[in-house]
Amino acid sequence: MAKFEWEDVCIDVDEDGFMEEPDQWNERVAVGLATTEGVDDLTEEHWKLVHYLRDYYAKYGIAPMIRKLCKETGFPLKKVYELFPSGPAKGACKVAGLAKPTGCV
Amino acid sequence: MAEKLIKPEDLARGISYKHPEKDWRDVPTEMKKGCINYGALPASADYLDLPNVKKWQPMHDDWQLPENWKEIIFEGLKERLKKFRSLQLFMDVCVRCGACADKCHFYIGSGDPKNMPVLRAELLRAVYRSNFTLAGKILGRMAGGRELTKDVIKEWFFYFYQCTECRRCSVFCPYGIDTAEITMMVRELLNLLGLGIDWITTPAANCFRTGNHLGIQPHGFKDSVDFAVDDLEENCGVRVEAPINKKGAEVLVVVPSADYFGDPHYYGFLGYMALFHEIGLDYTFSAFASEGGNFGLFHSNEMMKRLNNKIYAEAKRLGVKWIIGAECGHMWRVLHQYMDTMNGPADFLEEPVSPITGTKFENAKATKMVHICEFTADLIKHNKIKLDPSRNNHWNVTYHDSCNTARGMGLLEEPRYILKNTCNKFHEMPENTIREQTFCCGSGSGIGTDENLEMRMRGGFPRANAVKYVQEKHGVNLLTCICAIDKATLPPLLQYWVPGVEVAAIHELVGNALVMTGENDRSIDLRGDKMGGKEDTEDV
Repeated sequence: MAKFEWEDVCIDVDEDGFMEEPDQWNERVAVGLATTEGVDDLTEEHWKLVHYLRDYYAKYGIAPMIRKLCKETGFPLKKVYELFPSGPAKGACKVAGLAKPTGCV
Repeated sequence: MAEKLIKPEDLARGISYKHPEKDWRDVPTEMKKGCINYGALPASADYLDLPNVKKWQPMHDDWQLPENWKEIIFEGLKERLKKFRSLQLFMDVCVRCGACADKCHFYIGSGDPKNMPVLRAELLRAVYRSNFTLAGKILGRMAGGRELTKDVIKEWFFYFYQCTECRRCSVFCPYGIDTAEITMMVRELLNLLGLGIDWITTPAANCFRTGNHLGIQPHGFKDSVDFAVDDLEENCGVRVEAPINKKGAEVLVVVPSADYFGDPHYYGFLGYMALFHEIGLDYTFSAFASEGGNFGLFHSNEMMKRLNNKIYAEAKRLGVKWIIGAECGHMWRVLHQYMDTMNGPADFLEEPVSPITGTKFENAKATKMVHICEFTADLIKHNKIKLDPSRNNHWNVTYHDSCNTARGMGLLEEPRYILKNTCNKFHEMPENTIREQTFCCGSGSGIGTDENLEMRMRGGFPRANAVKYVQEKHGVNLLTCICAIDKATLPPLLQYWVPGVEVAAIHELVGNALVMTGENDRSIDLRGDKMGGKEDTEDV
């Protein structure tokens, strides 16, 4: 396990920099994690995506399917990649403090 | 962090088939970043009651082996030699003729001689010789033996988690040695020491905990299926029903969880639902059996058995007559090769008969489980569905035989038959790269991880090369396949080696081509893009 430290943020992360304890997430943590994804400024669109993921995670304990994410945020997949260059699972989920999905994905 | 990959042309140029001059036993193994998978999370390993659970990573020097690690390996090997006659045979019978040597995609893509199937197997065989054969006990190294050391364990971990258990090498072995089974045995031994990888352990734990590898809980499963029903209605104007846990349904349909989560898997999932609706199939999905895949196959015989059993327990509970299994790779290897003697016979189910065509699926007599491609091909053969292949005119298609359905169960014709009826442009890749000789995606058997990306690009190189051939020769822009791991790992592979070729499920093309009662003008395909026949003809 590693520690991620950024300004006043100090959290446990896994080898890929994903949060070990998603419940410790807050907006400061998101801003910090975003810097590891090359996103230095979280715009309104970034936050829309991040909050959508957080809300879904609160209800279902996991990230939504990609198609649903795109449809319900109104962002085509291409746009999601523009916002988070590593994509919905590796970029957006990481900033939103969600675990990495495993399996045939 | 996932490592940044070098450029494809540099990677290809850097592959050298010049072997080290030293004896292979004296060449140390480097735990190379980009070619190795993370260790299992303790929480997941604990959940599965695995032995010697620890916080551990293969990049660390100390692997925290239990004190009696040697004894564990020797006892484990002894037990398995006794239990699996095949293992004993495979240990003794190889004459090192080398027929398999250049057949492995990892050898082709890395040039590392320890990725030759014969030498990979030798990593275990040498230890076997020294400790289980008379010649080896007396002559040791001279008889091809090798002492078991901690470095050997590390080497096993490195190379046996680089084999995708695809079994291409076994097609060429004159003795029929199945190197995948050797890999499976070594992985079992490693797991006894707590040396599992997370991409296998966590999905297996999730599958027991929530019903599927992804860890989607039952209400999340329902949410995804409901979303797909709405999405399909919006797309083609037909409202379908997609029952979950419906007792007394005729057929239980089991899909890999990526079908209702990932892209492009999901469009095939829409295709299944459209098809079942159109033919009026009385079926149900299940939250408990919401996973076709079986990561137990990549872990141990015992784990595979436990996971496979879940599907049959649910079929019994729901009182269905038989089962349809969807586009999934290793589910079929387990079903076809192990299920009947492991958890079967499933004599509480009925021998599968298609309610639409009356076809009796004789081949599924024992397992009571029919592959969706067999089911769909049979519908087409009997003219029970109307298909408009011009709707897929925007695709120029080729087909990747997934290792487990092609070599693992011999499903070669049905997918092609479906494709030829659902699209107008279809071109095969070269014959030594398809059917029984198909090249693996390079990411199967639980090693489709980001941290292993370089090795995946190397292992997938021969497959990508064949795709490039049909792209250049025929303008192919779509690689179809029937395995969820393929659908997850071929897109980044093609993006790396052959940009411009997309990946799709066969049932995505079925869904596009299917003429449905009460449908709208179908100007949009299942992806939400303009449908094939609707674009300007000059583009076709």
